[in-house]
Amino acid sequence: MANVELKNVRKVYGGSVEAVKGVSISIPDGDMCVLVGPSGCGKSTLLRMIAGLETITDGTVSIGETVVNDLGPVERDIAMVFQNYALYPHMSVYDNMAYGLRNRGMAKDEIDRRVRDAAATLGLAEFLQRRPRELSGGQRQRVAMGRAIVRSPKAFLFDEPLSNLDAKLRGQMRVEIKSLQRRLGVTSVYVTHDQVEAMTLADTLVVMNAGLAEQIDTPMAIYEKPASTFVAGFIGSPAMNLLTAKVADGGQGLALAGGGSVKPRDTVLPEAGREVLLGVRPEHMVVTSNRSTADLTLKVTAVEILGADTLAHGQPADATQNGGEIIARLPGGTKVEVGDVLPLAINPGMAHLFDAATGKRI
Amino acid sequence: MAENAAAATGTSTAAKLGRREERNMLGVSRTSRYIAHAILIIGVLIVAFPIYYTFIASTHSLQTILRPPLPLLPGDQFFENYYQALFGGVGRIGGVDAWTLLLNSTIMALGISIGKIAISLLSAFAIVFFRFPGRMVFFWVIFITLMLPVEVRILPTYKVMVDLGLIDTYAGLILPLIASATATLLFRQFFLTIPGELIEAARVDGAGPWRFFKDILMPLSKTNIAALFVIMFIYGWTQYLWPLLVTNSNSMNTIVIALRKMISFADADTQWHLVMVTAVLAMLPPILVVLFMQRWFVKGLVETEK
Ligand SMILES: Nc1ncnc2c1ncn2[C@@H]1O[C@H](COP(=O)(O)OP(=O)(O)OP(=O)(O)O)[C@@H](O)[C@H]1O
Ligand SMILES: [Mg+2]
Repeated sequence: MANVELKNVRKVYGGSVEAVKGVSISIPDGDMCVLVGPSGCGKSTLLRMIAGLETITDGTVSIGETVVNDLGPVERDIAMVFQNYALYPHMSVYDNMAYGLRNRGMAKDEIDRRVRDAAATLGLAEFLQRRPRELSGGQRQRVAMGRAIVRSPKAFLFDEPLSNLDAKLRGQMRVEIKSLQRRLGVTSVYVTHDQVEAMTLADTLVVMNAGLAEQIDTPMAIYEKPASTFVAGFIGSPAMNLLTAKVADGGQGLALAGGGSVKPRDTVLPEAGREVLLGVRPEHMVVTSNRSTADLTLKVTAVEILGADTLAHGQPADATQNGGEIIARLPGGTKVEVGDVLPLAINPGMAHLFDAATGKRI
Repeated sequence: MAENAAAATGTSTAAKLGRREERNMLGVSRTSRYIAHAILIIGVLIVAFPIYYTFIASTHSLQTILRPPLPLLPGDQFFENYYQALFGGVGRIGGVDAWTLLLNSTIMALGISIGKIAISLLSAFAIVFFRFPGRMVFFWVIFITLMLPVEVRILPTYKVMVDLGLIDTYAGLILPLIASATATLLFRQFFLTIPGELIEAARVDGAGPWRFFKDILMPLSKTNIAALFVIMFIYGWTQYLWPLLVTNSNSMNTIVIALRKMISFADADTQWHLVMVTAVLAMLPPILVVLFMQRWFVKGLVETEK
């Protein structure tokens, strides 16, 4: 067990492709850090540099107090769970878990004790003599986990370990991984592109974009105060609504680019005339009975009924031109039909303003 | 499931057409099935009959063989002929008995097949998993040797063997035939299909290159190894030109060479009954290898492990 520290880590492939452009993350001992971001943003590359499977072009990775840049995966004492499990197909479940321990020259009875412990923890006790191909996807996933935990390493590294499972199993395994990690208290780095996994698993969430860490914080802080439009759009589902607007003269409100105006409550507006993006999460709007307290009026163009919620898609009713779609998440059972005009109020303080040019939070 | 469903619809359509009995699942009519079988049976007979006839001839006395027609049923000389061939020392090839010949052939065939597999496994391992300078050059050099079978390089190879003093030795028989571009390429193709994650998992598990080779690569390649072993054993067993050149002493002959030497141009000098025995003996080991190894690679084909 140890903390993991990345300082300005860079990776350049083949002299030209800069996959990771300088990332610094500090993960306290026993915490779970989740790297999330779109495909190709460099999550796996970063993880593999921590694992020692990829050379580090620049910067340092430390595990515990040791800089591990020049150490191999074994000396780093990490364990990794791969997306496709990477179980040894010709070995039994038992041997799959024991292999790493045998290579370290551990005593036979100690290996046996650890493997049986792990198998019991993961509910694999009855499958120990089976081959991986005789197991279901979820069971294979557990074996891959088992192979990591028998080692009691300094850190667990996960690269999209649940992406090959169906939705239900994924939800279940997510909870199991979290409680296992808590219980074992092993520092972990977890890569995913699933934002639900990211939100639920992370102590520290790192949102990555094009080789950079856009924001590093607790999941809730990232949800509440996204640092940029990229983060705002990535975390939260449906994504945050982003409307192009300009601060009106006298700083009294926002003139939407599509026409109409909004005056969000409890929000400090920047200087007049500034081009901004107004961000409002779909769940932070409510239908008001009173038109005069409404911030926006939504002309509904589509309705999605999800049961617990109803999503109303539409445009601002007073828009003179297409200024971008708005989605409002309304309580389930709300009667809405296409063509309705809904007066919507933005919850106080729940409007986010971003600079139109840079996309950074104002 | 899907197949059953397809078969079911197939049958019902056929039933609708009123020709149900005439068609099986593949939609091949009964008549054409008979014809196909007839062709196959004829093929088998053409291949099997000479072998059967060889065996029959090996159980008759020389006199019976020389007085045609040869009976179609086994004669009573089985034990005598085989005993004489195996232990008596066969006349024309300098008193060497068939045991020695079988032993020579076995050593050569095993040496070639095991050597080829070992060398190709190692060179494919190097080419696929290690980044060393000139890697692609080596790959292409190996690839080009595909175009240079033994027969093409036979004179220089012979010279080298003479210089090394390897004439009439097992090493001389085996070594020049061991390098195999085909097997190397085959293993290379297979190694390339091994997922990168598996290799990385092994690295994380602390398996160095040698352990990875021994614990993971070899077991995963076992069906390939079995298949190659069969092919290479037969290749080694049936070598003719090279053993002919590199052995002078009769006691180093392989059974294939000896078989040729036993047949004299003057028909009367040839001990046909012993020739037939030797031919049968020469055929047996490859057949046994195929029969024994077949179980292995069929098993491997059924239980795809990857
Ligand atoms: N071996 C390599 N050589 C060259 N470029 C590479 C290599 N591996 C990855 N890249 C590039 O580096 C970038 C980041 O790749 P990486 O695998 O880290 O993405 P990722 O965030 O894990 O994406 P995904 O969610 O699809 O797994 C990509 O643009 C990719 O094309
Ligand atoms: Mg990835």
